[in-house]
Amino acid sequence: MRYIPNSPEERQEMLRGLGLSSAEELFDSIPADILLREPLKTPAALSETELLERFESLAAKNAAARRPNFIGAGAYTHYAPTIVDSLIQRSEFFTAYTPYQPEISQGTLQAIFEFQTLVCQLTGMDVANASMYDGSTATAEAVLMAERVTRRSRVLVSGAVHPEYLKVAETYVSHAGIELGRLDYDEATGRTTLDDAALDKTVAAVIIQSPNFFGCVEDLKSFADKVHAAGALVVAVVTESASFGLLRSPGACGADIVVAEGQSFGVPVSFGGPYVGLFATREQYARQIPGRLAGLAYDKEGRRGFVLTLATREQHIRREKATSNICTNEGLIALAATIYMTTMGRAGLQEVAAQCAQKAAYARKAIAALGGFTLPHSAPVFNEFVVRAPVEAKGLLRRLADEHNVTGGLELSRYFPERPNDFLVCVTETNKRADIDALVKGLTETQSSKLKIQS
Amino acid sequence: MALKATPHITQNEALVFERSQTGRRGFRLPALDVDETPLDELLPAELRREDDLEGVPELSEPDVVRHFTRISTWNYNIDLGLYPLGSCTMKYNSRLNERVARIAGFANLHPLTPEEDAQGALEVMHELQQHLAEITGLPGVSLQPAAGAHGEMTGVMMIRAFLDARDGTGDAGEARRNVMLIPDSAHGTNPASAHLSGFNVKTIRSTPEGLTDLEHLRELCASGDVAGLMLTNPNTCGIFERNIREICRDIHDAGGLVYMDGANMNALVGVARPGDMGVDVIHLNLHKTFSTPHGGGGPGSGPCCSTKELEPFLPVPRVVKEGDDFRLDSECPQSVGRVKAFYGNFGMHLRALAYILTHGNDGLREATEAAVLNARYISHGLADTFDKPFDPPPMHEVLFTDKRQTRKGVHTLDIAKRLIDYGFHPMTIYFPLIVQGAMLIEPTESVGRSELQQFVEAMKEIAREAVEEPDTVLNAPHTTRIGRLDEAAAARKPVLRWRPAEKTATA
Amino acid sequence: MANVPEGLYYSKDHEWLKVERDSATVGITDHAQSSLGDVVYVELPKVGDSFSAHDTFGSVESVKAVSELFLPVAGEVTEVNESLNDEPEKVNSDPYGDGWMARVRLSNAGEVDGLLNAAEYEDYIKSEAE
Repeated sequence: MRYIPNSPEERQEMLRGLGLSSAEELFDSIPADILLREPLKTPAALSETELLERFESLAAKNAAARRPNFIGAGAYTHYAPTIVDSLIQRSEFFTAYTPYQPEISQGTLQAIFEFQTLVCQLTGMDVANASMYDGSTATAEAVLMAERVTRRSRVLVSGAVHPEYLKVAETYVSHAGIELGRLDYDEATGRTTLDDAALDKTVAAVIIQSPNFFGCVEDLKSFADKVHAAGALVVAVVTESASFGLLRSPGACGADIVVAEGQSFGVPVSFGGPYVGLFATREQYARQIPGRLAGLAYDKEGRRGFVLTLATREQHIRREKATSNICTNEGLIALAATIYMTTMGRAGLQEVAAQCAQKAAYARKAIAALGGFTLPHSAPVFNEFVVRAPVEAKGLLRRLADEHNVTGGLELSRYFPERPNDFLVCVTETNKRADIDALVKGLTETQSSKLKIQS
Repeated sequence: MALKATPHITQNEALVFERSQTGRRGFRLPALDVDETPLDELLPAELRREDDLEGVPELSEPDVVRHFTRISTWNYNIDLGLYPLGSCTMKYNSRLNERVARIAGFANLHPLTPEEDAQGALEVMHELQQHLAEITGLPGVSLQPAAGAHGEMTGVMMIRAFLDARDGTGDAGEARRNVMLIPDSAHGTNPASAHLSGFNVKTIRSTPEGLTDLEHLRELCASGDVAGLMLTNPNTCGIFERNIREICRDIHDAGGLVYMDGANMNALVGVARPGDMGVDVIHLNLHKTFSTPHGGGGPGSGPCCSTKELEPFLPVPRVVKEGDDFRLDSECPQSVGRVKAFYGNFGMHLRALAYILTHGNDGLREATEAAVLNARYISHGLADTFDKPFDPPPMHEVLFTDKRQTRKGVHTLDIAKRLIDYGFHPMTIYFPLIVQGAMLIEPTESVGRSELQQFVEAMKEIAREAVEEPDTVLNAPHTTRIGRLDEAAAARKPVLRWRPAEKTATA
Repeated sequence: MANVPEGLYYSKDHEWLKVERDSATVGITDHAQSSLGDVVYVELPKVGDSFSAHDTFGSVESVKAVSELFLPVAGEVTEVNESLNDEPEKVNSDPYGDGWMARVRLSNAGEVDGLLNAAEYEDYIKSEAE
């Protein structure tokens, strides 16, 4: 076998050295009647060339991967500088374990410390952890943390939070004695409405996403003021982390916990994962944070290093009383995000955000000018916006893909059946003007050909 | 005047924030190719950032590459050599699998793509599900959980949902089973996941042989409120629970279900199947058994495999095949729900499938045999030098203690640190918790005989030093860039991020 | 050998109690701090909190362990040792002095009679070690 160093002959010799005559005897402690008698019914081995052919042909069936894409909704197509992937492929990073032995894990530990700092800088918060699985589970963990901090058991979630995030939060809290309430959004603005009556003394936290699922930037500051007046925490959710380069940070708007999907920072969309959840909060809640934390430490000679710290919060020590059950997180993806943020740097992160917003504005104006298409929400947007089509969006997008080779957006009916004609368009710095023009042209032609057929 | 020489920067690389120089750029975007909208028209000023991202580093591309390359050299890694962390399965991470995961047709595929345009990705997931079902003998599979603990939570939530469907939720006054039994040797994620799923944890003792105490298990089952058992097999002492069928039968007779923690499946693939042992639901760690890279702490992937009976309770959406087409099925009313956005860590699914296909069915078994053989080799090689707390022959990992070394004040931690000086990553230490001074060693199949022997020699040499020159061991490591760090001071006054004030101090 | 001063009351959870009329000062014993190792954090109750005997009133953490603090007798917290927030290491260096944790007004002064004296506590830790 290609990955087993010892040859069959060497293994025979090793067996003999142990006084065994065959490999079967290694499994003598397993009762005979549960030992497999036949080979597994998995396929026979493929060579490297066969394997690559196999996967290339599977990949070729993913038609959408080759088309210009205007779907965002929690996963964003951004450009990753070449060095991001090349650096994370260093053996020292990708084949290392969790840094439990600090003397020989300083590379990973320092990178985590840098990641934590960058996350704090972008979110405007004091402390950040070493990562969560993704934005959705980070949101669920924030709900659990809000309950621990406030000892209150109701959490209100904006109806404009990513619907899949809400589903994940529902699963996580289903046994925690936490009741999830919903806040509506305003049809005209596309922003969350805060029902003062719902905001009573039992509310632990209010979960709000900005830019929200419809792309609208929420008025976080005045939202936070109201929530704080009721003694509850504000959990701000961000699915499009590129927006940090332009939008006022959730911390500056008063958020108490910020959770985000960090995939936008140099991580491929890769059919949904692996991504990386960002989790940040205020200093006073540091001991309630879930997951790993790297901290500064010194050795006897006074040399600076980093260690995993405040570990007593975690499952390997506090077991069922831990702040979370998380162990393995998204280390390598957090590293990719760290390298991305460092490479883009202070100016680059702002430029990416500005280009996203500019190109989205360009697309938005062009689509709004089309006969029959409208923009149902009035609130400012970052790089995503809802379009209302004169026909059912799902069919329209299908035809757009088939006839014009462009993935034009996401039909909202996937999550909101009551909105059949609406679709969500996302524009990033990777969408060239020609792609946007092709999308606009395609929408006109597809829609008019559809109208002709109908008439 | 001669300048005093300082260690090369590779030994003393600063933080990216400290290296930052105003005006440096690491990447240039293409010029904006659309008509520019005035900023105020785009977004009102009160919604825009005011801080100009102050503090975020400004570096050139060579700065960034050097920085991360330099700090990377401070890490031990599998490609350097034996990484014998027990219950972590640090096996070789194939470059071929990395290449597969980066094929553009997968990497550039958006998760919300219409199913008909993502058939290749769905086929990958479906095929992996089928192979994992065959390997575990458990036909219902979900690839959604993102890591082991996430899979545990999913598995025990499925048990909760199954029991509620069978017995009622307690609203009508019926007794609700809420006790999850967990052996005292279990990984800490087990009780944490059980708690998150609403269970009360009761701990089962281990026998002097390192096995689950069947008598104690029966005693706990007699209380009538047992919902299930979370069991690792082989357990964290590296020993196969030979009473596994009796254990499963007892739990089933008591009205509960058996969840198996698949952390140690590298001892079983192709040899024995949890489904044949009576297990109801298991999670697998693709980042252990199926060689997806650990990446310095993730990403992982923790698929759940279950019996037919439990299948309706798996997370949604599920990947199903209809005719020649693959699709996502969300119509599962009894499902525990969603545990993650989208469908799991798809990039890890690709690598794991590539692992299974590269090995072939015979190769999977061969890897298991080689892994157990290597552990047995170490067990044999160190039997005269270190105390072995349990008699049964180990499976893929072997447990020793520091009992013979403590006489001169040398403890497990010191042995682990001294091993670094011999060029090896330490084993798992102080786990399982039930064994004082535990050293859990898992060599995996990815290491050759001569390196195993070097490891055995290093351990013997450390044992000699522990007697003859204990200070050498107590002050180890001696060969690393930094020494043991003061973790107590770090926890008392935690510094969890860089702040600009520090910059002026070190500039 | 652990320091077990005379004149204090002790619990089997390794807390000490210094009683003055109807109030008592509580902390953890020298034996407890030494088996815990370097104390890095002490979670203290709030002034005004009331507890029944054997209730958890806080916790004490080392780098790799957490121990709950049990109040050996019922009472209301009148003062906590805020200085432990900045210098938790006092629990190691002076467990019976600067490392005290809370003062409580006793609900039932008679309850202290159920606790151990210095000699009994010393015997208890010896028996635990065996």
